[in-house]
Amino acid sequence: MREAKIPVPEGRLATTVDEVVAAVEAIGPSAVKAQVLVGGRGKAGGIRFAETRQEAETVGRAILGMDLKGYRVERVYVEQKLAVEAEYYLSVTVDRSARKPLIMASAKGGIEIEDVAEGDLVRRHVDLSFGLPTYLCQEIAAEMGLVGDEAKQVATIIGRLYEVFRHTDAELVEINPLVRCGGRIIAADARLNIDDSALFRQGDLPAVEEGTALEKKVHAIGLAYVELDGDVAIMANGAGMSMATLDAVQHFGGAPANFLDAGGGASVEPTAQAIEVLLEMKPKVILINIFGGITRCDDVAKAITQVKTSRGIPVPLVVRLAGTNEQAGIEILQAQGIQAYRDMDQAAREAVRLSQGGA
Amino acid sequence: MGILIDRSTRILVQGITGNQGSFHAGQMVAYGTQVVAGTSPGKGGSVHHGVPVFDRVRDAVEETGASASVMFVPAPFAKDAAFEALAAGIKLLVMVPEHVPVQDTIAILEYARYQGALVLGPNTFGLITAGQAKMGIPPNHIFQPGPIGIVARSGTLSYEIADALTRAGLGQTTAVGMGGDPVAGQTFNEILHRFAQDPQTELVVMVGEIGGSAEEEAASFIQQMNKPVVAYLAGKAAPVGKRMGHAGAIIERGRGTLESKRQALEAAGATVVEMPWDVVPAVRRRLA
Repeated sequence: MREAKIPVPEGRLATTVDEVVAAVEAIGPSAVKAQVLVGGRGKAGGIRFAETRQEAETVGRAILGMDLKGYRVERVYVEQKLAVEAEYYLSVTVDRSARKPLIMASAKGGIEIEDVAEGDLVRRHVDLSFGLPTYLCQEIAAEMGLVGDEAKQVATIIGRLYEVFRHTDAELVEINPLVRCGGRIIAADARLNIDDSALFRQGDLPAVEEGTALEKKVHAIGLAYVELDGDVAIMANGAGMSMATLDAVQHFGGAPANFLDAGGGASVEPTAQAIEVLLEMKPKVILINIFGGITRCDDVAKAITQVKTSRGIPVPLVVRLAGTNEQAGIEILQAQGIQAYRDMDQAAREAVRLSQGGA
Repeated sequence: MGILIDRSTRILVQGITGNQGSFHAGQMVAYGTQVVAGTSPGKGGSVHHGVPVFDRVRDAVEETGASASVMFVPAPFAKDAAFEALAAGIKLLVMVPEHVPVQDTIAILEYARYQGALVLGPNTFGLITAGQAKMGIPPNHIFQPGPIGIVARSGTLSYEIADALTRAGLGQTTAVGMGGDPVAGQTFNEILHRFAQDPQTELVVMVGEIGGSAEEEAASFIQQMNKPVVAYLAGKAAPVGKRMGHAGAIIERGRGTLESKRQALEAAGATVVEMPWDVVPAVRRRLA
């Protein structure tokens, strides 16, 4: 924001209680904000205020190291406390339906955007090829109900925020709240979501990845993975098939432990890697659901065999193989004493039965 | 018949000498598709799978009359490849690569509109008109000519459903992949319009999933459509705020839930089934 010349409060990062104290002494009355990748941190106790040395110490101790919605707070941002006169909302995001960037603004800021009434929201699309003209920024500020110098400042910030959106390949850039403070408009808090697919050309942005330890590890080997809290570990090929497999397990009363897409055409090695991920979760049952299109059933069977012989599979394994090289895959598994199912519903039902203690 | 492509469509493969491009161009040729040209910068003048290779799309279009292109280039180069194809007069562009930056996609779609061209994808399996022609990566052997149109966001799940239809004696006209990205060149709504006008298509199977509102937006057309629609929607078990493999499959800020899609489609008269294996019985009921 600062680089884009959007006014922000004075502030600095701190990782220890001593640094928090030093920052508060330098800045004056401050807000101490937990640096974690979750929304709603204020409500969860992740933002507190400090004015004196004593308060800085207390607040620093309380926030640093705390658990905030499952994330440990390692860093805080100590920021000048603003005498807020008004709170606004501003964002640029991608409108999936219109297939265009969308600017949203409201004079009712400071709350989550979902809670802003539709009538209080100003929406304008932007043509990427033509860019954002100045008049449109002014029109948005006027429709927010702003006048005079305040409208002018907000219009300028809208233009700059759109530049941030473009230059950082953002999916969302949001200032909430945008505040008025002694006649000046300041971005008091902001959020920036970068498009993962554009990271290759966003080299100077600090990389922060969301997710649990296992999620990060699996993403690092290039697989799509989401950890859930059930006991049936699931692998399928393709995003849609993987989602449908979770749905099927739930349909029969089971609890999926994860989402794992082994890829639409994964060969032996990546598939074996994916199976090892499932084992790490220590599930009650493993369900592998493959419809071979580009993926070959015999490759999947070979991967299963490889994992079984190299490290063993200590939990019940239910496999469904259909499509390309189905018969070859079934035979490879048979040699390992594993019976493959042809139909997805039967395999899902069996996996759920085993997870509930069925022998 | 079918929609968008048939055996007369003259097709170009961008990136024909790469790993993916080479394998799938071969499969397309084997299916009987008229693959008339390929491009691969620096490999112009060679021949691949019996198909002449050009350095540039413009030369390929001028010499072979290609009107549709399927793209197998790495995502960081997809934008330039798309602009090259659209500038050369390609009217149907199928973008297979995954991980194309979303702002690149938006720019491509704006340019396509300007050029009067149609884009499928990115992150799509492509499309196949059964028994006639294929652009993209769906496996050849599971499709049979017949009366069912398929439009889907996801590949393998469509194959699962197409295979079940085929084994039940219910063949297909065309299966079309919209792609799994948040911003896609074609929506359910637009593809359904085409199926509505195709005399061979008697029923459309829609394979949707969580995220966005493309399913909801299709509802008003389904209501007045002259053909029945059977839908399966994936992602019932998906948690809020997590991307389920596809960049577009995410429930964000309260939007994109399965329940919202199911309600909109059912209210419009579509049959929404619970599980993939319920599609065939539902299709039989709606055709009866």
